[in-house]
Amino acid sequence: MAITYATGKLSTGRPQDSRRDILLLLVLLPAIFLSGASVEKHLSVYSLAANYSVPVVQREGRDYVGLLDVLEPLGRVSAKTDGARWRLRYNNVETGFLADKNRAQVLGRDTDLGGKFLLENQRGLVPVSSLASLLPRILGGPVTLHELSDRLFVGSVGTHFTASLSSDNPPRLVFHFSAPVNPMIASEPGALHMTFKREPVVAPASPTLTFGSKGIPSASYSETNGAAVVTVNTSIPVMASFSNDGRTITVAGTAPPPNAASAGTPAANTPAAAQPATGPAPTTSNIAPATTPRYFAIVDASHGGDDHGETLSASLVEKDVTIALARSLRQELQSRGITTLVLRDADANLSVDQRAVNANADRAAIYIVLHAASSGRGVHVYTAMLPFGADDHGPFHSWSTAQHNWLAASQSTANALAGELQKRQVSVKAQAAPLRPLNNITGPAIAVEVAPQGSDVNQLLAPDYQQLVTSAVATAIASVRDQLAGAQPQQ
Amino acid sequence: MIPRHLQIAMAVLLVAALGLTIYAWHIRKSAAATPAVRVDTRPLAPPATGPMEKVLLYVAHDEDGTLRAQDAQIPMPSGRQQRAEELARALISLYLDKSSPHAIGSGAEVRSVFLVDPGVAVIDMNGAFADTHRSGVLVEELTIASLIHTVTANIPNIVKAKILIDGKERETLAGHADLSSFYDVAAVDQLASQLQGGQ
Repeated sequence: MAITYATGKLSTGRPQDSRRDILLLLVLLPAIFLSGASVEKHLSVYSLAANYSVPVVQREGRDYVGLLDVLEPLGRVSAKTDGARWRLRYNNVETGFLADKNRAQVLGRDTDLGGKFLLENQRGLVPVSSLASLLPRILGGPVTLHELSDRLFVGSVGTHFTASLSSDNPPRLVFHFSAPVNPMIASEPGALHMTFKREPVVAPASPTLTFGSKGIPSASYSETNGAAVVTVNTSIPVMASFSNDGRTITVAGTAPPPNAASAGTPAANTPAAAQPATGPAPTTSNIAPATTPRYFAIVDASHGGDDHGETLSASLVEKDVTIALARSLRQELQSRGITTLVLRDADANLSVDQRAVNANADRAAIYIVLHAASSGRGVHVYTAMLPFGADDHGPFHSWSTAQHNWLAASQSTANALAGELQKRQVSVKAQAAPLRPLNNITGPAIAVEVAPQGSDVNQLLAPDYQQLVTSAVATAIASVRDQLAGAQPQQ
Repeated sequence: MIPRHLQIAMAVLLVAALGLTIYAWHIRKSAAATPAVRVDTRPLAPPATGPMEKVLLYVAHDEDGTLRAQDAQIPMPSGRQQRAEELARALISLYLDKSSPHAIGSGAEVRSVFLVDPGVAVIDMNGAFADTHRSGVLVEELTIASLIHTVTANIPNIVKAKILIDGKERETLAGHADLSSFYDVAAVDQLASQLQGGQ
């Protein structure tokens, strides 16, 4: 396409111009040739059977997909190559394709593909645009193709949402979804982005929603490269929290801090615009908190987003186990009357510095970060192993040893937790570890690494094992609640 | 009309450009086919020379999460820095053995150990050491504690230690254990005692 356009614009019909065009074309060839390997594209397919994505390849200037790749997760499918002829059988539907031809036979009837059918290494490729007409006949049901964003909806699978702004101060924007969602959340100054790759989220009536609020003036919906993106435009730092089993996402301003009465809402947190991007400033633990802490406990699901943590098995990564453990621990703590914030309650990127800044800003009585491992049998409870000390300056403590004055309280909590796990016959060890952000937390802080009791790593996902561990942690925290509430830094 | 010699020059240049394009395309395809992580298993240092000496290595054991002191006879040079390097190399080669109680990825190697007065040790490991290391708080902590404790228990007067990867600072070993700061040797000694007690 680009070549046709370029030559069409440049030619004037004179012989010397034609020669010049050919020369220019040959000079441009290397650039065009090398740009062939562009960013890998995927087609996201949403159906009642499964949500998945298939690779999109460029052939003859258009997007193609392997038809077998698209159909395999949806039903019984087989293909057979006979010379230039390619036959595909999906459940009881017979289709026939001929290499380099624009038409296909589906159930004995001709169907226009809008582009050539390609046969490569016995793999049948069809233009992405042909799926809108081809698939309804093969699958026998409605199919909606969003060609520009590479999203394909098989049947009525769209997840709809509404957004409403409350008049609270600071403002709260509440999204209600028709099915549970778990987007990747990222923020930058002035905007919070929720990216839905695995969920069939569809556009609201208007792609731009305006709210007439200074703090959260608008939100917009867009689709790109197999994903839906909801962008909330903000002029204040915001946090996103999940509730209603993932059907509700609340984006709320963080200033001024709410009072303790509103602390019961389980919340997830994303780095707000006000947080430092790098190099946190020294902390001070001598300055009295300006407000009552909102939460007694902060539970941090380690890793997240691009950071998967340990690959526990072919289908299980650490970040998914830690978030499940964090949610279970929140439930156990709240059932014991302990207000709890889950610091990462979505598949979001959070640096260790951002986690420490959030935890320190909340001034909770205890910070618990959760890890999961395939080796090391049972549970390990860690407290900070402080690095070689940097000097403190007056009331300002070194960032790398900010935990120093709280270490005794942290160790006492870790011992209580180890004792509780032992009571429940869970193998447990308590020790120090060079694990950030424990050393940056200005309050009691522990890490809990959960490994399977035997060799079966799938035990990490078993609800009864998760509950065994999290209920022991919650019971231990409840037993030292008074000490934690009154804990003072040791000078 | 373009002069003939210019036409010839242009044609030669175009042929050269086309040839380079095809060559670049070929190189790109070859690069794409090459595995992303290539472990360099070439030895980084010549074998040490010196009299055989009995030393204590602090060896990590994954099955119970402990460190255990283990005797070893290795050639020890006379220089303090070279001795530290040989200790670290002996420990790493033990972990590279198939029957190791704490396996690490093949190709892991000690590049060098620098001892700087007063009391600073910098252990520079190669990229394969970190890139192929298993991920997890305990498994990473065991590697670091055994490496630092083996060096500092045999070489006196080291108060802080740092681990570099390919001569550069790295955030973590494999996603967990912190490599961004200097380790306090007293704290590592305390941890090693805990790990040897198996508590």
